[in-house]
Amino acid sequence: MLGVIGVKSIDDLFVDIKPQHVPKSFHLPSGLSEYEVLRRLTELSLKNNVYLTPFIGGGYYDHYVPAAVGMLISRGEFYTAYTPYQPECAQGTLQGLFEFQSHMCALTGMEVANASLYDGGTALYEAMMMAIRITGRDKIIMDGGVSPIYRKILRTYTHHLHYQFEETPVVHGSESVPAGGQTSRQEIEKRLDKNTAAVILQNPNFFGAIDDFTDIIEKAHAVGALVIVSVYPISLGLLKTPGDMDADIVTGEGQSLGLPLNFGGPYLGFMCVKKQYVRKMPGRIVGETVDAQGRRCFVNILQAREQHIRREKATSNICTNVSLCALQAAIFMSIVGKGGLKEMAQLNLDKAEYAKQCLEKVKGVQVQRSWPTFNEFTICLPQDASQVVARMMDKGFAAGFDLGRYYKGMEKYLLVAVTEKRTKEEIDRYAKALAEVLCN
Amino acid sequence: MEIMDHYLYTKEHEWINIEDNIGTIGITDYAQSALGDITYVEFPQQDQEVDQFEQFVSVESVKAASDIFSPMSGKVIEVNQKLEDNPALVNKDCYIKGWIAKIEIKDMDESNNLMSAEEYRNYLESLEH
Amino acid sequence: MQLIFEKSVKGRRGFRFGTCDVPVKAQVPVKYARKDDAPLPEVSELDAVRHYTHLSQQNFSIDTHFYPLGSCTMKYNPKFTETIARLAGFTDLHPLLPQLASGEKLTQGALQVLYELEQWMCEITGFCAFTLQPLAGAHGELTGIMLMAAYHKAKGNTKKKYVIIPDSAHGTNPASAAVAGYETISIPSNKDGGMDLEALKSAISNEVAGLMMTVPSTYGVFESNIEEIARLIHSVDGIMYYDGANLNAVLGRFRPGDVGFDVMHINTHKTFTTPHGGGGPGAGPVGVNAKLEKFLPISRVIKKPDGTYALNYDYPDSIGYIASFYGNFALLVRAYAYMLMLGQEGLQQTTDHAVLNANYIMTKLKKHYKLCFDRLCMHETVFCAAFQAQRGVRAIDVAKFLIDQKIHPPTVYFPISVPEAIMIEPTETESKQTMDHFIQKMIEADELSKTNPLAFKEFPKTMPISRPDEVKAARDVKTSYFR
Repeated sequence: MLGVIGVKSIDDLFVDIKPQHVPKSFHLPSGLSEYEVLRRLTELSLKNNVYLTPFIGGGYYDHYVPAAVGMLISRGEFYTAYTPYQPECAQGTLQGLFEFQSHMCALTGMEVANASLYDGGTALYEAMMMAIRITGRDKIIMDGGVSPIYRKILRTYTHHLHYQFEETPVVHGSESVPAGGQTSRQEIEKRLDKNTAAVILQNPNFFGAIDDFTDIIEKAHAVGALVIVSVYPISLGLLKTPGDMDADIVTGEGQSLGLPLNFGGPYLGFMCVKKQYVRKMPGRIVGETVDAQGRRCFVNILQAREQHIRREKATSNICTNVSLCALQAAIFMSIVGKGGLKEMAQLNLDKAEYAKQCLEKVKGVQVQRSWPTFNEFTICLPQDASQVVARMMDKGFAAGFDLGRYYKGMEKYLLVAVTEKRTKEEIDRYAKALAEVLCN
Repeated sequence: MEIMDHYLYTKEHEWINIEDNIGTIGITDYAQSALGDITYVEFPQQDQEVDQFEQFVSVESVKAASDIFSPMSGKVIEVNQKLEDNPALVNKDCYIKGWIAKIEIKDMDESNNLMSAEEYRNYLESLEH
Repeated sequence: MQLIFEKSVKGRRGFRFGTCDVPVKAQVPVKYARKDDAPLPEVSELDAVRHYTHLSQQNFSIDTHFYPLGSCTMKYNPKFTETIARLAGFTDLHPLLPQLASGEKLTQGALQVLYELEQWMCEITGFCAFTLQPLAGAHGELTGIMLMAAYHKAKGNTKKKYVIIPDSAHGTNPASAAVAGYETISIPSNKDGGMDLEALKSAISNEVAGLMMTVPSTYGVFESNIEEIARLIHSVDGIMYYDGANLNAVLGRFRPGDVGFDVMHINTHKTFTTPHGGGGPGAGPVGVNAKLEKFLPISRVIKKPDGTYALNYDYPDSIGYIASFYGNFALLVRAYAYMLMLGQEGLQQTTDHAVLNANYIMTKLKKHYKLCFDRLCMHETVFCAAFQAQRGVRAIDVAKFLIDQKIHPPTVYFPISVPEAIMIEPTETESKQTMDHFIQKMIEADELSKTNPLAFKEFPKTMPISRPDEVKAARDVKTSYFR
């Protein structure tokens, strides 16, 4: 091959890299065999404790994934392909993504979905930017019940841009300290004005409270503002859809749809919008069409909005999204199906309710009952929740997420998640362990 | 390339047809042919004020999005709603049925910055060489 | 093929979650409940397995076909990294665990992977610190530009307005700069494929915030004036951004951190062979030099004096959270495993063979296709179908011909500054035999363009579908089964 090219050595191919460019250092360990790498990584994986019984959620849940999902998504034809630039040899990916979009529309009651964004947090950021583009306004009202992680992300991205950002405090009833709860209508409404681009809400919110935002959405629309709702897909097996509430943009974290927790990623950001906004939506979108013979087929559409064509005028800078995760979610939703999703959601609801009843009986624990929840709820402890969580680890539980980490004044509050995977026996043991920790 | 005699033209291949103080604006045959099948026209807001040669519309085809610049300054008073359902009109009949927007012209003298049909024809020829 | 929704049969189930073992039947209050069940498909597990297996078979992929998609580095994704990424100790790890009081002890293995991967990346690129958080290359770009903005803000450089970008850049560069609030200045290329220095000089002003540059460029050309460009940009306190999309061309031979770049991103799905997944997930770690380190996003992984690993959020100058957690961990693990296996020598050979393969294809095809720049190339080579276009055969037609030959086409129409571009990147993992077969098919396409150019319009003929009507797709937008 060197002879064909007309050079003597491989080094001759690199003549453009001048001597002064040679790395100042390039010292890495020698390579290992496959077996050695596997052994090393297995050892590292065993230094992670995945054996605590998880009652922790915070937007990321320990749901069961049917075995077939993992098998199907592991097909090399799916995971070693790239973005479907040539539709004739990528119908597998394209149709799979079209089905994903359809699934998301079914779930959210919205008209249009895109083919995924990075994760729930960045999807919410994209939604906010989209609302700013559509309305030409620059004020954002964000409910304090939106995931604090998402709120931090939005803050980062808008820090150096000139948007007005208002976060509504989380208050419940007449309490003066934050205690979680549903969105405060009063706090939102007093901030709504003609400069408002969007109101950002979450359902269920970070405290687990479920809500019907129809009233807020109506008021926002009255001043020409859009409403973005971040949702938890599994809860939509039972909960009123954001489409029914007349939300304009819906985003969320799709991890619960068949993706492992994976220590934070890859996850699945999704976005659904009203049809009138489809051309303002960021990210890849798959559309239906026909081929030269009139056969139905699928292609990437509206690419003229995207960075590879529109460059600095694109709707977003996103290129790679998370196609494989979207496909995985599509397979999950197909296998679980209409009946399965409802059954799964109901199990979450029932088990969380049972856990509430058990924890209520633990001395010193106060379960927040003032608002309805899905599979996650807030309890108030007689002492600092983070310390309780630490001591529960020794008893074999990831007991929940201490809200004090993100909400000042809520140091005694613990967020507890109960999925369909938790058994009655595990819940009973959890309540017992908590009682032991609290009385010591 | 078809050119309308009594219209005025820009170097970016927009045309304007002035009747009294109303200017009807569209893109030329050359532009529609270069863009290919047009799939979407993004209109300006009603009552939007535009400056001469300011971008106020964008036109999308499958693989491109092009900015359209207003040939003259003025206020947008009407857009061609028919293009919403049928953007192909711009390809089929770019000078009559495929018009894009109408503006109320602010300064008639700006027409001096535009090309006549004859000048535009020469301009197109110069592009080919 | 039918959609899964069209295979639905009322009442059919693919999965059962089992009976409820708690003595509670709860109900969502009517006000908060959905009216009708979500209209998901009702299929059996077998229905779904056949459906998605058949769907997969409609894809070309690296596992099934040669995939020389220029600019995308479609190298083989070794299977052992899949095994590793699926270890339960990684997949079942909840991302909030290390944020709990004394929760770090639960995630020592994962944190060690992240920490060591950062160290490796530093050594490979010549930077002093990395964040692994960006979730894709473009996300890394945006992070890098935000670091640039934070730097200028801290320095009181209030006038910074522009980011300079060569015309050969990926579209993500200008888009990322724009999203971060900058305007862009595009610089044309010179006749050798490098940056036009005179144009750059005339664009330089105190309003320039920085420059984004891909090295080697998307033309597959190594920029010969890096030092001069860096000097010009630094003379106005601008930041030099290195787009690492083409890092596969320079491993062990060039480190951006050594020659004046201040910040970069790596596409792990390119250089470090994490699978492309039909369009993601990717990962876009960002490296910086000392100038920008304090602005890196939080959290950061640290190694404590006692040898344990921890997350540190205490960086007051940090730009903050750019992603929910610590990056696309399952991909980072794969990249780490790949690096461990290859080691120093293997990584260097990666680059050597990638460049050798690209030059081999370039040399063999340059008699038949017009070369964009007639000189040695790096890891990819850009042709244009100028000769063929004169016969009525465009780059897209050549691409469709290749599909019928069971070869995934190269990238076409990019870089956008090259009309009828055909951009070929074979990568190091392809054999001479595979490349020879590809070369032969490319030559056949050229021959056919002479003898029967009209034949191309019907390609591809052997696939489940022929060319789709993209105009119809864009005019009558249908994005879901339900509408």
